[in-house]
Amino acid sequence: MSDTPIYDIENLRLSFPDMAHKPLLGPAPRVEILKGISLRIPRGDVVGIVGGSGSGKSTLGRAMVRLIEPDSGAIRFEGQDITHLGEDALRPLRRRFQMIFQDPMSSLNPRRTVGAIIAGPLKLQGFDRVSGRVDQALDHVGLPRVFRKRYPHELSGGQRQRVGIARAIATEPDFILADEIVSGLDVSSQAQVLNLLEQLVRELGLTLAFISHDLSVIRRLCRHTVVLHRGEVVEYSETQALFDAPQAAYTRELLDAIPLPDLDQVWV
Amino acid sequence: MADARGLVKRRAGARLWLSAGWLTLLALAAVFAPLIAPHDPLAQDLFGARLPPFWEHGADAAFPLGTDSLGRDVLSRIIHGARVALGVALIAGTLTCLIGALLGLIAGYFRGWPDMVISRFVDIWMAFPPVLFAILLIAVLGTGLSSIIIAIVVIDWTRFARVIRAEAMSQGAMDYVASAQVAGRKRFSIMLAEILPNVLPTIVVLLTLEMGIAVIVEAILSFVNLSISTDQPTWGSMIAEGRLSIHQAWWVLVFPLITLFLTVLSFSQLGEGLKDHFDPVLR
Repeated sequence: MSDTPIYDIENLRLSFPDMAHKPLLGPAPRVEILKGISLRIPRGDVVGIVGGSGSGKSTLGRAMVRLIEPDSGAIRFEGQDITHLGEDALRPLRRRFQMIFQDPMSSLNPRRTVGAIIAGPLKLQGFDRVSGRVDQALDHVGLPRVFRKRYPHELSGGQRQRVGIARAIATEPDFILADEIVSGLDVSSQAQVLNLLEQLVRELGLTLAFISHDLSVIRRLCRHTVVLHRGEVVEYSETQALFDAPQAAYTRELLDAIPLPDLDQVWV
Repeated sequence: MADARGLVKRRAGARLWLSAGWLTLLALAAVFAPLIAPHDPLAQDLFGARLPPFWEHGADAAFPLGTDSLGRDVLSRIIHGARVALGVALIAGTLTCLIGALLGLIAGYFRGWPDMVISRFVDIWMAFPPVLFAILLIAVLGTGLSSIIIAIVVIDWTRFARVIRAEAMSQGAMDYVASAQVAGRKRFSIMLAEILPNVLPTIVVLLTLEMGIAVIVEAILSFVNLSISTDQPTWGSMIAEGRLSIHQAWWVLVFPLITLFLTVLSFSQLGEGLKDHFDPVLR
């Protein structure tokens, strides 16, 4: 069991129809977003998925939690092939992989209270003592329990993202996908959310895939890093090794683009 | 800042209470019309014809808003007319709303072929001139209350379908929908439990507007005598009769017109007021 990876992705391909170039009659041409991605995420790992915009990192993430269906290849979640499972077959599995979204304003239903938002997945998955679990999830993310009665628009950006995290951990999943979850936050909220995530990974024994375009965030949080470029994996190694000795040319380009904190010699 | 917010709130409140007040008054009058109305709305009295309203010279206090050219009491006829007007508004408005909003939601959320079918239907439907369409329908269905209601529903569902489709589309693109999907909610249930509450404020505004429109359409149809039989007073038929004697008895035209105006205005303001007052996001 322990040597079965949480995710085993093999030669994954995914394309979307290109409606802008659709001919008057006949099907639209397809644009390939993922061009044969293979990836193994071992249990308990924290993997950063990094790449520029259009690299396919969010598409890969959405395929992993099966918001979209790939064209070909295979996604195995804890050994089980979920590549082409229908919604009904997926439903019992959904408790075990959850997702945190980029923009909490959009990912929290504005007309539901925080309590109802966190209780949503619990009720759908048939959990008992929902109310207690909602309190527990709020405790975990460091929000006061009175927040259950609040609406998302009454919270700050950082608080909203904590609600998103609380909703994801409430069903006690094995795996969480975090899609650019700090890019909409200011720097101090970013640091707090990252600390919280680190702590939750430790305490709950989560496996985490963290999608970001920001290498310095990845470096802080992730043990392994996947670099995506135009729908292909260009590098997958330990984060430290990747930063010390990048193998792919594209990785070196990305690393060079990070502003470094050391001083320019001319100034000294 | 806090002061400005208070101001906006108070205005929304006045709008809501004034319109709700008028409509409640009207609804009570309609329900209890036989008890409230001072006279039989159909009782003619040719010797007491064209009595002016109470403040003018030669008025009869028993007929506060005067009488028409057949000597029928204007106030009683307005009160009885409210029955038809409000009945049509409620039934036609609600039915139109249910059909249009449901089709709009399905088209906007599911997209693909359901959207293709519904949207093409709406496009074709909206190319018909509405009043002509209504008259044509009544001509086919025959006059009567149910015909008017059917005509309004058949013509106006597109109004809801179009707006709600656009709203459902933009809501469907939000991540809370993806999030519900990740949680394992079924698609139809996402539409009703996640998207509908976010489209509901728009639906309420459209519904009350539609009720106002229904009142007007009923008035137009009774104005051209295509509504219900003449032994049931309606505001539209009163206006039509008043138009003929406008130079001798202006009140026969003006009072039902004012009632109609206030009612339609109240319906449109009620929707806005309800939205401002009860939407948790705006509150």
